[in-house]
Amino acid sequence: MNKIVKSLALATALTASFAGFSQAEEPKKGGTLVTVLGSNPRNLNSSVQAGIVTGFPGAQLFASPLRYDNDWTPQPYLAESWDVSEDGLTVTLSLVKNAKFHDGVPITSEDIAFSVDVIKANHPFKSMFAPVESVDTPDAHTAVLNLSKPHPAILLAMSGQLMSIIPKHIYGDGEIADVKAHPRNNEDVVGSGPFKLTEFKNGEHVILERFDDFFIEGRPYLDKIVMRIITDPAARAIAYENGELHMGAFESLPRIINRLKKVDSLTVTSDGYGAIGPISWLAMNTADGPLADVRVRKALAYAVDKDFIHKALFQGTASDSTTGIHPDSPFYTEQEGYALDLEKSAALLDEAGFPVKDGSRMSLTIDFGWPGVKAEVEYVKAALKKVNVDVEVRASADFPTWAKKMGTGEFDLSWDTVFNWGDPVIGVHRTYDSTNILKGVWSNTQSYSNARVDELMGMAAVEADPAKRTALYAEFQQIIADEVPVYHVNTVPYHTIYNTEKIGNPPIGIWGTSTPIDQLYLK
Amino acid sequence: MRGGFVLPRTPLIQEKIHLVNSLQKILMRLFYAVILLIAVLVLNFSMMHLAPGDVADTISQSMGGADEELLTQIRADYGLDQPFIVQLGTYIGNVLRFNLGYSFFYNKPVTALILERLPATLLLVFVAQILALFIGVILGVISARKPNGIASHFVTMLALFGYSAPVFWTGILLLIAFSLKVPIFPVAGMRDVTIEGGFWVHFIDVARHMVLPVITLGSIFLALYSRLSRATMMEVLGSDYVRTAKAKGLSEREVVYKHALKNSLSPVITLAGLQFSAVISGAVLVEAVFSWPGLGTLAFQSIIARDTPTILGILFFSALVVIVGNILTDLALRLVDPRMRGKG
Repeated sequence: MNKIVKSLALATALTASFAGFSQAEEPKKGGTLVTVLGSNPRNLNSSVQAGIVTGFPGAQLFASPLRYDNDWTPQPYLAESWDVSEDGLTVTLSLVKNAKFHDGVPITSEDIAFSVDVIKANHPFKSMFAPVESVDTPDAHTAVLNLSKPHPAILLAMSGQLMSIIPKHIYGDGEIADVKAHPRNNEDVVGSGPFKLTEFKNGEHVILERFDDFFIEGRPYLDKIVMRIITDPAARAIAYENGELHMGAFESLPRIINRLKKVDSLTVTSDGYGAIGPISWLAMNTADGPLADVRVRKALAYAVDKDFIHKALFQGTASDSTTGIHPDSPFYTEQEGYALDLEKSAALLDEAGFPVKDGSRMSLTIDFGWPGVKAEVEYVKAALKKVNVDVEVRASADFPTWAKKMGTGEFDLSWDTVFNWGDPVIGVHRTYDSTNILKGVWSNTQSYSNARVDELMGMAAVEADPAKRTALYAEFQQIIADEVPVYHVNTVPYHTIYNTEKIGNPPIGIWGTSTPIDQLYLK
Repeated sequence: MRGGFVLPRTPLIQEKIHLVNSLQKILMRLFYAVILLIAVLVLNFSMMHLAPGDVADTISQSMGGADEELLTQIRADYGLDQPFIVQLGTYIGNVLRFNLGYSFFYNKPVTALILERLPATLLLVFVAQILALFIGVILGVISARKPNGIASHFVTMLALFGYSAPVFWTGILLLIAFSLKVPIFPVAGMRDVTIEGGFWVHFIDVARHMVLPVITLGSIFLALYSRLSRATMMEVLGSDYVRTAKAKGLSEREVVYKHALKNSLSPVITLAGLQFSAVISGAVLVEAVFSWPGLGTLAFQSIIARDTPTILGILFFSALVVIVGNILTDLALRLVDPRMRGKG
């Protein structure tokens, strides 16, 4: 028990210092937080539904075994302690003894085993628990995860919204694979987290209230959370400004972010997106044609001025991204990149056998899947014109139309955004793994294949020593940056906005709002 | 006078014949409507199918990517891997049994989804329509009485503005003015869930939330009604019977409101019926701007999500509304215009 108390105190202190308090402030209890979701969640059960919109309510409704501090160090949550065996093949979780589900039934190791089964069968990120072969339950409060190989990524996969512990006695009434369509994913939800569901009204709001029997004494601080569903970013901006909304996350329109930064009552921060790790890039289809030649890919990278994109299109709200790993991740190693150099670009294209003929070296197409990135795509067209590469912009009617083109490799260039989701094994490998080529959107859609890259990812996936893992990923990032299957351009400028006067302990840790806000309080 | 032997018709029999005729006509119209409805469904289903990609892709999008195995499983679960003709057959079969199916994206029966959203849209559109109709006709009459007066020019300007300004622009402008600069109305949604109180507290709360969306939506309708009623009123005011009424010494007020107004209303009612039928299409943008939890938002989201059963369900519903709207328009016309009573 002592260990939890200590680490929790530490976590509170960390969050507090992060928020910039000069002296420790006593959190106040009670009150209703009014916050917002930018779209309608499909599902509130985060063990079967990934995504940031489900993540926020999901992480309040369901507890995970671990949580993370701002230094990417695991902390106890539903598991008061955990132990990874020397050979890395078993992970033993010791559960908090007094933990209960919202219906009063105690949370036991059976529920852990059940949740792992459900996640394995329904959650889209198969790599999270793929090495878990079985879960032993020697007693009610001990769960032993048996792995087929060492799997250091499992620690991050047991935190945030990724491993939600759901009650077996509620969701275990049918086939495991059918839990994703369970009627109680959206109503009468019985969770394990700090808040329980009061009402989910489609298109209107999700209302949560304090769970009085939550396993951490005195938490959560809030009595109630109202998550309004407001899909229009301009309307949300007005609501932050006039005080109707206390807080919101995942705001990404540069114009709105910069406007809200000028509002005295608001704090606008890009902290809190390290684990989700959203990165935008220019994807290049390496399967055949001119883009199969690495010199052509480099030439295009040299011709695209990232600086212009950051300054003009994002108005300084997005940060640079030079590798497939998010800059806030401990595994990130910055790469030199390709500063604008039209001469070098032209020389590389000449060298690759694409001289200027009738004013043009080659014709390519560029695709995009959602209207928000049209400006980037138009800019790429204009930029490549300068090195005599003609680019035709192909709009897609909607997301599935674009997803189909990507998943089947019917594109030359495309603008794309992919999320890291914590550990690189979960969200990074998929883009570069040669065994994951053209398996739907956000697989290795570039058909990129490099034996050394595969080998490095394979080694990093099972390497328990963080320093060695970092070194493996450093080499991986260096090769990727050098071979440019995708040209990493920027992080998505997600920002969290909150009323400075009202909110204490805002959710700006590594998981942002995809983690319990049991420490958040209203001043 | 027609020749030949004619059965004498008493007024009562005539009335009955009219009734039977009307009933027959209404039944025929309903029958056509059903055929039309099925045609609409088949057409829409096919068009949805023609587009590359499907709901599995948008589900994967909502989750930040998904394993291929899971996508295959989702497609199998929803029967998306079946041949087109099988999918179509299953769907039409279900609809004929009054089952609109199950939303892929929301994991909920489509009927429940629609019924959940319908009241909000009906409330918004009804209030906007009625107010616009009422105010529009009054403005139209005022400006028709003095076509070159200041009031008339003002109404014309207002109408042109209301009709030409895009609703999302009007909406955002109203939000900036009355939610931000002078914060008297809430930004979004239909109610404030944090307030507590009795019926009247909630009534006032919903009313406050409605003001801006109703103005935004109503401004388009208002423009149409005021222009149309102005035109028809001017026409009617120039007709012989109005001159007769004036000549026999009736007051201006009586002539305008008792004789002319009633006769000028038919085109306005026809238009109102047509407009009301467009309940969903008209409200989509307004609902989006104000996050109004109605059918328009649902339609918009399910199109984006490629959620075929929900889209088709909403189309089915709007088609129903159109049919009911048309029948109601007919009935209303019969009330104000006796000439219509014998016609189809």
